[in-house]
Amino acid sequence: MELYVNLLIKAVFVENLALAFFLGMCTFLAVSKKIETALGLGIAVVVVQVITVPANNLLYQFLLKDGALAWAGLPEVDLSFLGLICYIGVIAAMVQILEMLLDRFFPALYNALGVFLPLITVNCAILGGTLFMVERDYNFMESTVYGIGSGVGWALAITALAGVREKLKYSDVPEGLQGLGITFITAGLMSLGFMAFSGIQL
Amino acid sequence: MQWLRRILDRWHPLFQKGGQYEKYFVVYEMIDGFLFTPSTVTRSAPHVRDGADLKRVMMYVFVAVTPCIAMAMYNTGHQANLAMAQLGLQAIDGWRGAILGGLGIGYDASSIVACLWHGFLYFFPLYVVTLLAGGLWEVLFAAVRNHEVNEGFLVTSILFVLTLPPDIPLWQVAIGISFGVVLGKEVFGGTGKNFLNPALTGRAFLFFAFPAEMSGDTVWTAVDGFSGATALGVGAIGGLAAMQSAGFTWLDSFLGNVQGSMGETSAMACLLGAVFLVYTRVASWRIMVGVALGMIGTTLLFNMAGSDSNPMVSVPWYWHLVLGGSAFGMVFMATDPVSASMTTVGRWIFGLLIGSMTIMIRVANPAFPEGMMLAILFANIFAPLIDYTVIQANVRKRVLRNI
Repeated sequence: MELYVNLLIKAVFVENLALAFFLGMCTFLAVSKKIETALGLGIAVVVVQVITVPANNLLYQFLLKDGALAWAGLPEVDLSFLGLICYIGVIAAMVQILEMLLDRFFPALYNALGVFLPLITVNCAILGGTLFMVERDYNFMESTVYGIGSGVGWALAITALAGVREKLKYSDVPEGLQGLGITFITAGLMSLGFMAFSGIQL
Repeated sequence: MQWLRRILDRWHPLFQKGGQYEKYFVVYEMIDGFLFTPSTVTRSAPHVRDGADLKRVMMYVFVAVTPCIAMAMYNTGHQANLAMAQLGLQAIDGWRGAILGGLGIGYDASSIVACLWHGFLYFFPLYVVTLLAGGLWEVLFAAVRNHEVNEGFLVTSILFVLTLPPDIPLWQVAIGISFGVVLGKEVFGGTGKNFLNPALTGRAFLFFAFPAEMSGDTVWTAVDGFSGATALGVGAIGGLAAMQSAGFTWLDSFLGNVQGSMGETSAMACLLGAVFLVYTRVASWRIMVGVALGMIGTTLLFNMAGSDSNPMVSVPWYWHLVLGGSAFGMVFMATDPVSASMTTVGRWIFGLLIGSMTIMIRVANPAFPEGMMLAILFANIFAPLIDYTVIQANVRKRVLRNI
């Protein structure tokens, strides 16, 4: 149990996908003008991350890993070179299925998330989460916890950035830095604050 | 003072639009505004009839920080003189030695005057460099962007200097304050428009950029070759028992008679400042109490949980409150009205977040023995979000009330 709690805290704060690894930057910077939309996108990322990381974990453990096909009588086959394309395919498919399910059964939530769901397919934080899972060789339970943690961490970061940006509406930013420029600086300063966690060993 | 006013008035036309030195109006305005109360008043509504303008608020903070400045000079000199006695040194080289020797002040650790002078010779160059480097950026931005040089910089500069170790190279001081002023404040439009505390931004930048000069055991005393760890540095290895056997007592930590960054060692001086700030209502007492409660609560939780491998877990709360930068950060850094939360409930949450984060970093993060600075920066990031949540909750409550 303690292992999973540690993994969760590590994924949310210490190895925050947005502010420690700078993954998912395009949506992180583009969809953080308002707190509500940022929160919506954050929740969508959490949901997708919780589904795709364990799903990709199954794929990796039973099909792609070196020697994973032993159950089919092919112990010397190594399909890990197919990893990237498989994972992104799974992510795209999962997002599509999720979109259809939400549209059918939870129209309110579907409308709230709107365009952000398809956007998530190309969010590198999602693929990054899967690749970290592969690199660290998590088992199924660990990858579920890591999916929750990394998603929540990213959601937390984008909501905080949206809060800061709403406050910065009253700032007087020099012309050349307005828009994305000051957002980059803001994100950099935020990650300075998140360095409080760097070095924590769990 | 009349003659000064007359000189400034005589120069005034030179700096006005069309005057000879039109470009340097910001400098003139800065000096004028620093020396005299400006006579300009707001022309459009709403009119606030109160003498407490930004200038006076900033001056009050400066007054509140004077006990810390005095303690910074005294303690820097005191620690240096003690270390010299311990190493058996009779005098120091360089210009400081020349001044101290030339004036016949000496290096007696029990003499207040000698300690003050010795500390002053370390404090003063750092402060001058901070004012020059930071002031240059302030004036540059003010001149190019047509706004005034603000008194806020005075507070930023003195707070920045007080968080530095005495032995830091001067060029690093200049880089640190430049980062703090430019990226922490001026790119957002100046005082009141930033979201991180500029002094802490500069300090954190130095902390991560030059770890060798900003942490470790040898930087806290202004004597070459003397190694003296801070109480928290000792505690991170051996806990309370190690601190006590290394000679740190609670009273010394409270009074400020220990190693550390110049201005932050004395909890007593910070307490004096806090009383003044709360009495004049410049700083929010809710944030200060929130930080203290957060620290106490988290420490009690850690104490209850206990640990065999981490000795910091069992350090009691009344030690945490006087160690390191807790008091200084609580009183002067966390209460920065720009980067803190602005709602009443939000200030409580903001303070509690800082307090508990500080203890979390001190106890759970082996990389940093001190956590106040990073905890405040971390809470600054979430301050707007806290305000948003508080306001939304209030809106929801009022809507329900009127159904």
